[in-house]
Amino acid sequence: MTDRLPGFSTLAVHAGAQPDPTTGARATPIYQTTSFVFNDADHAASLFGLQAFGNIYTRITNPTTSVLEERVAALEGGTAALATASGHAAQVVVFQMLLQPGDEFIAARKLYGGSINQFTHAFKSFGWNVVWADPDDIGSFERAVTPRTKAIFIESIANPGGSVTDIEAISAVARNAGVPLIVDNTLATPYLIRPIDHGADVVVHSLTKFLGGHGNSLGGIIVDAGTFDWSKDNKYPMLSEPRPEYHGIKIQETFGNFAFAIACRVLGLRDLGPALSPFNAFLILTGIETLPLRMQKHCENAKAIAEWLSAHPAVASVNYAGLSGDKYNNVARKYAPKGAGAVFTFTLKDGYDAGVNLVSNLKLFSHLANVGDTRSLVIHPASTTHSQLDDAAKIKSGAAPDVVRLSIGIEDKEDLIADLEQALSV
Amino acid sequence: MNHDAYSDTYIREILNGVKSIAMVGASPVNVRPSYFAFKYLAQRGYDMIPVNPGHVGKSLLGKPFVASLLDIDRPIDMVEIFRNSSHIMPVVDEALKLMPLPKVIWMQLGGRDDAAAAKAEAAGLKVVMNRCPKIEYGRLSSEISWMGVNSRTLSSKRAPMPVQGMRLSLNRMSVSGGETNASDRAAKNRNDLA
Repeated sequence: MTDRLPGFSTLAVHAGAQPDPTTGARATPIYQTTSFVFNDADHAASLFGLQAFGNIYTRITNPTTSVLEERVAALEGGTAALATASGHAAQVVVFQMLLQPGDEFIAARKLYGGSINQFTHAFKSFGWNVVWADPDDIGSFERAVTPRTKAIFIESIANPGGSVTDIEAISAVARNAGVPLIVDNTLATPYLIRPIDHGADVVVHSLTKFLGGHGNSLGGIIVDAGTFDWSKDNKYPMLSEPRPEYHGIKIQETFGNFAFAIACRVLGLRDLGPALSPFNAFLILTGIETLPLRMQKHCENAKAIAEWLSAHPAVASVNYAGLSGDKYNNVARKYAPKGAGAVFTFTLKDGYDAGVNLVSNLKLFSHLANVGDTRSLVIHPASTTHSQLDDAAKIKSGAAPDVVRLSIGIEDKEDLIADLEQALSV
Repeated sequence: MNHDAYSDTYIREILNGVKSIAMVGASPVNVRPSYFAFKYLAQRGYDMIPVNPGHVGKSLLGKPFVASLLDIDRPIDMVEIFRNSSHIMPVVDEALKLMPLPKVIWMQLGGRDDAAAAKAEAAGLKVVMNRCPKIEYGRLSSEISWMGVNSRTLSSKRAPMPVQGMRLSLNRMSVSGGETNASDRAAKNRNDLA
């Protein structure tokens, strides 16, 4: 048999899943169990000592969740993945592997507001210090590097503004600094952008968004690219040093190019605890099977609506990288030729009040704090997702007071445009 | 032979073809990678022989240690070298003195010696470098998928019952190579620097 490389849509349906060994069930069963019996005492000891592959307890591994993990790893072109209860949980686990108290990481200033809060406030209490840089100014990343820098974090398509990041340029900064590049690929999904192909060492997702895609399940995931040498200079002792939790095992020495994912599992998830529910894993897996089809429709609708809004007399500006003439259009064409995603912002000529009116007059768009649903969504970031930021930080992160954010669903675009039209004319 | 990226077919043929494996540098310490791999492969039905002059007189999971490959009393199919790259050549030289010759030289994850590989290949042996046979076995049988690892294989057939001693299922469609070429490229870059 020759080694053949299946396409993305085939992987989206098949990767990680195989008919169940006992029942032959073709869909991945929901293994809704906390624990798994051991064959004998030696098997138990082997599993606890990481000597054998297998299941102990759903906080660490679960056969439904592992299908999801392998599928996302395959779609991203990574060596392994680890699912978590949410995207936020994925970020905590990633940084716990990399940072000691007093260490720093550099993060792009344009991020999901929840990530800005997590990095600024929650991480501070762990002694993990975020240093902000501007993704439109690569030099700001270079200047932020210090001997305490342990990682660089960016979003491939940034929330809320939908700007596209020059991943390769920032990956060069990370390589020169000897630190891994972590890319949040939530808004792009691997269907539009595969950050590992552009130099990412770790990819994280909120699975809650386009991957799950139906607005019904929280989840997060960490994908290991298998590219970073964690043992080179003892900067990452969780991976390079003997672990007392496992009688002196060195994680990278033992697990090679998927060591980061294993460390996140057996040191991070095991001890911090934010495991994904197998039921959520099942729903997200089902969502991923149609990811390519949905993303095509999301992008087609988003482009049509962004173009329509651009021509509307009440609209001051539209920030969508898929529009020719947009500041990020060239970067988008390079990194996301299949489409610039379905989350973008626009501003109204009559400012904040017009934005509030629009949100309350819409009948089909749902006013809520999520993106990447089959349904079209609308929110006013300045008063919600980014409300904890001061005005200057709101503007820098793309959430100025007059900005309205849309997440375009997979409904008929004519109906979405009609809804926007009636709401803008009230 | 491209030693930066092996086809699944190549690895699968080796793991299905060999029956006896001499592991040079096997450790009786149960947190060492060599112990993990030794135990795993023994449980999969391979005839494992631990080679380590420091432990002669002892045994590893019931298999007595021998001091060198030349002390093994039966033909061996594969020599697996659990030593740093700088200690690989003498082991290969010794392996090439065996009659009959082994079929495969396998250098563990992190181990790579291109000159030793070329010498073994010139003698007609297959060579694998910088790979772990436990990981490759677990990957090609998809057992490693339980840990969220990308097996880079697909199958629409019912999975075999995961019991101890299970053999490799050959019916999986391979998707190797390109999908993780980033990690292969990184490994090559590291080797170039070393």
